[in-house]
Parts: sequence; structure tokens; C-alpha cells
Amino acid sequence: MFDERRSITGIVRGLWITFRSMVLEKPVTIQYPEIKRPVRTRFKGRHVLKRYENGLEKCIGCSLCAAACPADAIFVESAENADDERYSPGERYASVYEINMLRCIYCGYCEDACPTEAIVLGDNYELSFTNRRQAIYTKEMLLETVPQAGKPTPQKVEPGKYLRAVPEMQNPTD
Amino acid sequence: MDYILLLEWVIKAVILLIALVIGFAYLTLYERKVLARIQVRIGPNRAGPYGLLQPLADAVKLIFKEELIPAKADRVIFLLAPVITVLPALTIMAVVPWGDQVTILGRTISLSIANINVGVLYIMAIASISVYGIVLAGWSSNNKYATMGGIRSTAQMISYELALSLAFVGPIMIAGTMNLQEIILVQRRIGWFVIWQPVGALIFMIATLAEVNRAPFDMPEAEQELTAGYHTEYSGMKFALFFMAEYIKMIAVSAIAATLFFGGYLGPFIDRLPWLGPLYLLIKVAILLFFMIWVRATLPRFRYDRLMAFGWKVMFPLSLLNIMATAIVLILVGG
Repeated sequence: MFDERRSITGIVRGLWITFRSMVLEKPVTIQYPEIKRPVRTRFKGRHVLKRYENGLEKCIGCSLCAAACPADAIFVESAENADDERYSPGERYASVYEINMLRCIYCGYCEDACPTEAIVLGDNYELSFTNRRQAIYTKEMLLETVPQAGKPTPQKVEPGKYLRAVPEMQNPTD
Repeated sequence: MDYILLLEWVIKAVILLIALVIGFAYLTLYERKVLARIQVRIGPNRAGPYGLLQPLADAVKLIFKEELIPAKADRVIFLLAPVITVLPALTIMAVVPWGDQVTILGRTISLSIANINVGVLYIMAIASISVYGIVLAGWSSNNKYATMGGIRSTAQMISYELALSLAFVGPIMIAGTMNLQEIILVQRRIGWFVIWQPVGALIFMIATLAEVNRAPFDMPEAEQELTAGYHTEYSGMKFALFFMAEYIKMIAVSAIAATLFFGGYLGPFIDRLPWLGPLYLLIKVAILLFFMIWVRATLPRFRYDRLMAFGWKVMFPLSLLNIMATAIVLILVGG
């Protein structure tokens, strides 16, 4: 048997709690499409292919991300760089770079595997598709915009300047 | 019978029906808004200013939904059940007065549809009919969850109807009449009956929650056990009719509670401005509806055996005691 006296005071206290939260508390709702909350610094959203300051792509088409991907979501095809048509430093660049966002589990292993820090999981979480074709993000969609100091790829560069494929890297600061 | 009187009745009935249907539409919005605020949310605010067009959007959605009839359902009863549920909910308001008398174009019109001398009895009789709709809906769906929901609902409504009917008796004994208009006039003289019948009012409020299948007594719709209860197999406008019946019954029992215990349409300046009557009734109904929504937002659903035990072992004896106490006091005071 339950204690009637306690259950009645319990009901009254419960009613008081709900009433208080209605009158005193401000709604926590965020009007989403108009107002967006900032994501955390290490949030794993949609991938971004990074560029150097001068506009060259960081990706060298090594396919290590595709090898690391547990969901087999990444497809990379590489091609040879030339000095008068240069996409990235070093010998090769990614001519095709596709991520199937329906397969991707946003684990970030591709980020860890990348030797040049070219692929980074970004802030965008608004991924929605109406068919499967749309879920495949191509290189053009993933590449970040050219920085102000740089030029778009392919670039015509002086020979022998961009031989080193892997950049100098530092520990993360955030 | 003169035709103008007939016309007057038709107009009043149409106005009441329209008011109830609009009231139903906006009660859904009211409930969603209040629930949202209690849960520290905003609630619907996209359709129109403050979400005021949300009921319209819901109606359009429901109209375009597919109407499904299960293959082995009893078609006639399946189609009839929502209608049987809605009609009593709509007709029950006929005896509730929403004002005294007003004069339009030199004609005195009383602001109630049927001022009958057995108003309370009428309410009890009509309120019991809607349980048929529910149990028939559950049975004709040919679905075990629906059947169980319907049977539970019947058992629950019959159990709580006892306490509900006995809660009606207190005001009847004090007023000495079953006419709702006269019950209100007595309340004008001696004050609201909630002062004289606090226990009766409390029993009435709790029993009406069970009677209209609202939380925490929404046992027939316990979704964890019975999916959606008696309306599991209903879709589209047939589902909307059940929904409408539930919400219109909420409005109706709130109006009846306001009439019996909270002075009905009475309020300040009602003598000089009889048009204030419907407004006062609306305010009282809105407050009582808020109470129902508030209770829904607060209390979890009762377990079924406890619900029945509470109805038979607490509510029923308590309402009998209340009647005995009322009778003794009336005899001692002298009526």
C-alpha cells in the first residue's frame, strides 16, 4: 500500500514545481533556422579540404584517409602535379575526392590519418539530401574557398619551389 | 409555436456549435502552448502570429490524411463510432446557460438553448452515451489493443460516473432544483457553491478528469501498453472526430463545473450588462481548462488497478459522505 498522505503532498508539490517553471523560467528554445548555436571547437561536422595561404591544396592524394575510414566512405583518385599546372605541393594531388555522407560516421579517423592536415572535420552539421546521389560530396564541394593572399588552383609556379609534400606541423592549440 | 422562436433556437444552436468547434481548435493550441511553457519551451509559433493559425494547419493536414479501414473491421460500427462519440459531446452544452437575458430588436432572448427543469439529469444521461462510441470503436477495429483500450475506458468511465453523479447531488440539494439557470440564481444569492461544497467540487474535478480520459487518468490511451488505445486503427478525419470529442468534452465539463460550483456566468456588473455573461463563463472555463492541462503536465499516469481502487474505495465513499454531511447540515440549518 502507498501512503496516502505523502502521495497527496507529493501531488501538490509536483503541481507547484510545474507552475513555478511555467511562471519563472524563461524558455530554453532556440529558434533554430534563424538563430544557430555555435558548435564546440573540436566539433566533428562535415569535412573540409584545407588550402595553404597561397591557395595550393593541402591534399596530396595519398588515400590514407580512405584506408583509415572504417565506413569506407572516402574515394580518392590521384594524378601527377606539374609546375605549370600545380594543385598541391609535391608530386601528386587528388584529382577525384569524394565522401559519401550517408556512409560517413564522423569518427574523424581520416583527420588523424592525413599526413598533411588536409582533411578536417568542420562546423557544418546541416546535411540533408533528397536522394543518394546528393549525399556524395565531391572535391569542389569539400574544398575551402581560396584565401585572400592566394590564387585558385591549378597555379603556374616557378619550378623546383614546391617539392616538399608534407608541411611543418604543430601541436593543436585548442 | 411561432416561427421566430424556432429561428431563434436554430441561430443559438448554430452559434453554440461553431463556438464549440472553434473552441476545440484553439483548445489544442492553448494546451500545446501551456504544456510548452510548463516544459520551459515556446510551443507552436510558426503558423501565423504566435502560432494562431496552427489549428488550421493541423485541420488541413488531417483532412488530407488517408482514411484507412482495417480489412476485418466491422465497417458500419467502425464508421459510426466516431459519430457516436462526438454527438453527445456537442449536445451536452445545450443546457448550460451562458448568460441571463438580453434584448435584441425589441425581443427578449435568454442566453441558453434549453432551459429545462432536469438539466443536471440531462447532462448525466448524455455524458454516459459517449462511452458507447469509445467501446464500439475499440471493438469494431478488430485489434486487441483497441479492444482493450475500449474496455478499460468503459470500466473507468462507469466507475467514475458514480462519484461524478454524486458530486452533482450537493449543488442540487443546496439549490433545491435541477434547473441549471436556477442553480446559478441561487449562487447569486448565497455565493458560489465551491464555498459550500469544497469536497464536492474537488471530487467533481477529479472525476471529470477520469470521465474525459485526461491525464493522469488517460488509461484508455496508455500508449506504452495499448499503443493508442481505442483509436489505434483510426486515421484522418475519423481520428480527428475522436480528438474533437475529447477536447469538446473538456470544454463541456469545464463549463458544467463552472456552472455548478463557480457561479456560471455570474460576475461583477452582470446585472447591468448581461452581455458580460458569456465572457465571464469563457474566463472561468479557460481557468478550469488550464487546471486540466496543468494536471496533465504534472502527474504521471495511474496504474490501472490503483485507478479502479481509487475510484471505488476513495472517491465513491467520499462523495457519499459529502452528501450525508450536506443533508445533515441542510436539515439543521433548515434548508
